[in-house]
Parts: sequence; structure tokens; C-alpha cells
Amino acid sequence: MPSLNLLIQSAVSGVLLGGLYGLIGLGLGLSWGFLGQINLSHFAFVFLSAYLSFELVTKLGIDPLICLVIFPPIFFIIGVALHWLIRRFQITPFNSLLLTFGLTVIVEAFIQWIWTADFVKLQTSYGDKKAEVFGIYLPFAETMGFLIAILVAVMVHVVMKYTDLGKAVRAIAQDPKMATAFGIPQKRISLGIAGVCTALAGLAGVCLAMIYTLNPSQMYTWIGVVFAVVMLGGLGSSFGPLIAGIVIGVSEAITMVFINPSWAPIVSFSLLIALLLFRPGKL
Amino acid sequence: MIQTKRVWLKNSLMIGLLGLVAIGINVQAQQSKAPIKIGSTIALTGPLAATGIVHKIAGEIAIEDMNKRGGLLGRKVEWILKDDQSKPDVARTLYEQLITSDKVDLLMGPYATGAILSAMGVAQRYDKVLIHHTFGIPNQAKYDKQFPTWALGPRPENTSPSILFEAVATLPNPPKTIAIVTSKFPSIYFMSVGAREVAKTKGLKEVLYLEWDFGNKDFGTIAARVKDAKPDMVWIGDIGAEGVQLLEAMKKIDYSPRIHTHIYPSPGLMAQAPEADGAIAISLFQEHPPYTSNKGAAEFVRKFHEKAQAAGLPYPLVEVQAATSYSAWQTLEAAVIATKSFDDATIAKWLKANKVDTVSGKLRWDGENNYGDDLMRVAQLQNRKWVMVYPKNVAAPGVKLEVK
Repeated sequence: MPSLNLLIQSAVSGVLLGGLYGLIGLGLGLSWGFLGQINLSHFAFVFLSAYLSFELVTKLGIDPLICLVIFPPIFFIIGVALHWLIRRFQITPFNSLLLTFGLTVIVEAFIQWIWTADFVKLQTSYGDKKAEVFGIYLPFAETMGFLIAILVAVMVHVVMKYTDLGKAVRAIAQDPKMATAFGIPQKRISLGIAGVCTALAGLAGVCLAMIYTLNPSQMYTWIGVVFAVVMLGGLGSSFGPLIAGIVIGVSEAITMVFINPSWAPIVSFSLLIALLLFRPGKL
Repeated sequence: MIQTKRVWLKNSLMIGLLGLVAIGINVQAQQSKAPIKIGSTIALTGPLAATGIVHKIAGEIAIEDMNKRGGLLGRKVEWILKDDQSKPDVARTLYEQLITSDKVDLLMGPYATGAILSAMGVAQRYDKVLIHHTFGIPNQAKYDKQFPTWALGPRPENTSPSILFEAVATLPNPPKTIAIVTSKFPSIYFMSVGAREVAKTKGLKEVLYLEWDFGNKDFGTIAARVKDAKPDMVWIGDIGAEGVQLLEAMKKIDYSPRIHTHIYPSPGLMAQAPEADGAIAISLFQEHPPYTSNKGAAEFVRKFHEKAQAAGLPYPLVEVQAATSYSAWQTLEAAVIATKSFDDATIAKWLKANKVDTVSGKLRWDGENNYGDDLMRVAQLQNRKWVMVYPKNVAAPGVKLEVK
């Protein structure tokens, strides 16, 4: 029987990892839900942001927390440009899946060309910082990533629910033609949503770089679990991915404690299948 | 008498001229000979590319060295290298192409066990010799014309854990309990399973055994379980970044294992991570005597530094990967020169009956599944550099195994 300390520490580890799942999943889910695009290049942008953070911090000595401010606007512009291209060439949702997959491969090759395929690790003073509460450790970088995930989810929720912009976004998602007929600038707003989603990828990338060892091909290992998070959380939901991320993260951690770490990857997909079976309308 | 002398001089001159003409024709003929084509794949992209680049650099140095020496049997050497994308199925297709379409004369093995196993199947189908450098599961190497230079002997699942446990047993306060945590990556997993058995015979009590899938992201819980089990030593069956990720996760919960051994960690990443200092692993080459006295080692080390630094490798020193890779090329060159032939059957026959001097040491292939001596010894990361520490006869000068 595992000790209480081990159980709590593992649960904390799962919650913090779930926060990162949620942060990555939020941008993907918004893009899927409101634009009807399954944007696989979201993972590539997360990693591109992570590598750019590594470069700025390692070569220029910039504080990684400053990267949290620098990269979202840059990635916002990238997202807008990509969406403009998709609209300009009238790419269908299915073809956008192929296009963004191709873009992911190109970004991976670009990262590999610039930073080589070898592992890189962002070494900062934050990596060693941690807080201890009754024998339970809270690592700084992971905790910061979790808090950012909450903050971003709250902001998205407030904008979507209580602002005219949010209402316009929801109207576009429900019926774009009707929304346009009512004077909603559909093109401008959808470009903005795409920009925000990619900016969120940029934000998640900085957090990822502070927590994980990076390798270009690792971007593919996140796809399965983050897709599960997005589908469990609900497309276009602001809190859904975060909650689903925490549920999956904690479930994985508890599985690791009671059974074996090798069983953990089964958890996210088992939860997804269970939801499909018992509550199919929710997906 | 004078006439005889004149005739003799005339004849000598004629013979000399003929000789010069013959040499000229021979040189011209050799220059006009097509280059000898050696084909192989390497993981230049994908998850194994980080180590694949080491093998590319080692291969390039070997080809340059061979061509500087005049090539193989007077023919320039051309290396036809393809990217298998870290995928064994792609490696299989590309080796087919190398043989049937590129019509290479000889083969060299790819990087990593899965790709080598694929290439081995193709080589067997076409009856080609396959010298390879990084095959981790000897009992799967059934083809009789395959020759490994990753010299870990026919039973690494016993011998590798044995030498690691013997090394830590020499410490002033040797471990009594062990936690075995391992990746399920094929060439790693069977070693960790072997380690469980060997640990029993060495009197080490197993207090924890865990497995994770390759690509695992949450090392925090594994770290917490290891800490909770309070072992004297941790066997980490890792590949690539896994070992460093686990050690980082341990540090975050204020835990640092006194003794931690690794199987195939990323040497550069380990060297950069402060928490990895003291890591113990198996190796057959490090950049110090007696290894630098091995055939061609000093020169290879110098060239590798230059190329690795130019390529931006984080650990531009020669260790086990680069050494075994270069050894494979040395083996191929030695066999061709000794047999004066590019014929696969002739080369294979010679390799089975002879030893080859390489940067990794003397290699032989007359044992089970063409495996020879186990040259793996124990290395440790000390002050961000890998050095041999056990046994004494191969330890770096003035260096010994140290733990916290």
C-alpha cells in the first residue's frame, strides 16, 4: 500500500501535468470548435516557441518569464497569417488537417536544422526552485504553468461569456452566414480567433521549455493525449480542456502509483472511450 | 664485348620503358575504375536522429580516411547514405533500394536495433554481408553473415548488469537494496529484466520494480515512488533523455539517489545536467588511455572533435556510439584488404576466422550469433565528462568510482 505522502505527491504531479495538457489543449479546442479546423500545426508551434525560448534564454540570457510576454504576440501574427492562407485558398476542414500536418513536418525539419535533432534543456534558476508544504513539493516551473493555464482559461471564459466579441464568436460558430447577415465581421473575427489559438500555443511552448527536455520529434508524443483532453473537455470550451487535463493527469498518476507507469497511457483513451459509450452526445 | 654491353643496355632501357608504360596504364586503369559503393541508412530525422548524427560523422571520417589511403583495393569509396527516419520499415525499403536500384557493392548497418534487424532481413535475402554497430539484442541476430561491432557479448542481459553490480560492490558502503525502473524500449527492457535476475544472485534485495512506455511524460510519480521505496541504488533502464528527465523529477522532490546506473543514456544531455553527475553506465570507449592507444583512436578522436563541434553536437567527444560506428568501418576495410575481394561470401568467411584491431579494441566474431568478447566496462560521469572507472586496468588515470 503506497504511503499517503506518495499518493498526494503523485496527485500533485498529475494535477500540474494536467494543467499543461489543458493549456496546450485550449488553443486546439478553440480552433476546432469555433473555426472547424483540426490544426495539427498547433503542436509544431508549441515546440517552435519552446525552442525559441531556449535560444533566447541560452544565447541572450533573457529571463524565461519575459518569453511569456514576447512570444504570444509573435505567434498571434503567425496564426493570423496561416488562417488567412487557409481562407484565401478555401481549404476545406479535412484538407486543413492535411495542410497543418504538412506544416508540422516542415516546422519539425526547421527545428532540427537550426537546433539539431539532439536533446536540449533550458537550464534556468527556476528549474531548481520549489516550495514544500507538509512534505509535499511544488516545483516552480510546473506550478507556474498550471497557474497560467487557469488564468488563460478564466480569461477566455470571461471574453466568451460576457463580451460582445464572445457573443459574436459563438454566433459565427453556430451559423457563419447568419452572423455575417447581422453585421458581424466574420473574416476579421475568425482571423483573430486563429491568432489567439496560436498565441496560446506560443504561451504553452514557453512553459514546456521550462519543464521538459526538448527534442523535435517529441511533438508527436503529445498529440494523442492532448486530443483526448480536447475531446473530453469539449470543443470550444474554455474550462473543459483544463478540467479534462487534470482528470487525465491525476488518473495517470494514480495508475502509476497503484499499478505501473506503463499502464498510464491507456488511461486517457479509456476515459475517452468510456465517455463515447456512456455519454455520446457530450462529444 | 662492347656490343654485348650495348645490347644489354638497350634491353634494359626497353624493359624499363615497358615497365613505366605498364605502371602508367595500371594507374590510368585504376583511376578510371568506378568507385566502390557502400550503402547504408542512418536515422537522420525522427526520434533517433540525435544519436544518428554521431554515426553520420563517424562514417564520414571513415570514408575520408579510406579515400586518403587510396580507397579500397585501389578504388575510391563512395558512401550512399539514406535517411531511414528512425523507422525500421523505412530502413527495410531503403536497403532493398540500395541493393536493387543503387546496386551498391557492400552494405553497412544502420543505427539502432530495430533498423538493423530490418536491414539484416534484406541482407539475408540477397546474401550480403552486414557489418553493424549498434545492435542491442544479440539473441535476435540469427543471420550468419551479420557482424556486430557493438561488442557486448552474446548475453548482455547477464554480463552488463553483472559488471555494473560488481563495480558498485567495490564501494566502501556497497548497496544492499535496489530499485529497478525501466523503459519498455526493446533493447533496454530485456537488459532490465536480466538485471532483476542478476541482482538476486548478487544479494541485492529488489524493493521496487517499475516499467514505463517509451515517450512517457510524467516522471514525477516515478520519482516519488523511487523516493518512497528508499533503495540504496537505482537501476535506470533508460534511453535518450529518459534518465535525465527522471533525475530532474527526483531533484524536484528533493531526492537524489546515492547510486544510479543507466543503460543507454544520451551522453551529451547527461553531461549538461548537473543532477546527472555521478551517473554510472556501461561503455567500451572513452577518450583517455588505454582506449586512445587503440588502433586509429587518437586520430579519430581529433577528427571527431572537429566535425562534431562544427555540427553543433552538445557532447563533441568520442564515446561508445562513435567508437563502435568507426569500428564497423575499420572492420569492413580490414576484411576487404585482407581478402583482396569485395565478394560477400569471402569477406564473411574471413571475418569469422580473424580478429580485427579497431578503436574499440580487438573484435572477433566466432562466438554465438557471431558475437565475440564482451568489451563493455563501467563508465561514470564525473565533472560533466564520461570516464572509465571499472575495472582498474581500463580506468582513466587517477580516477575511480565515486558516489555521494
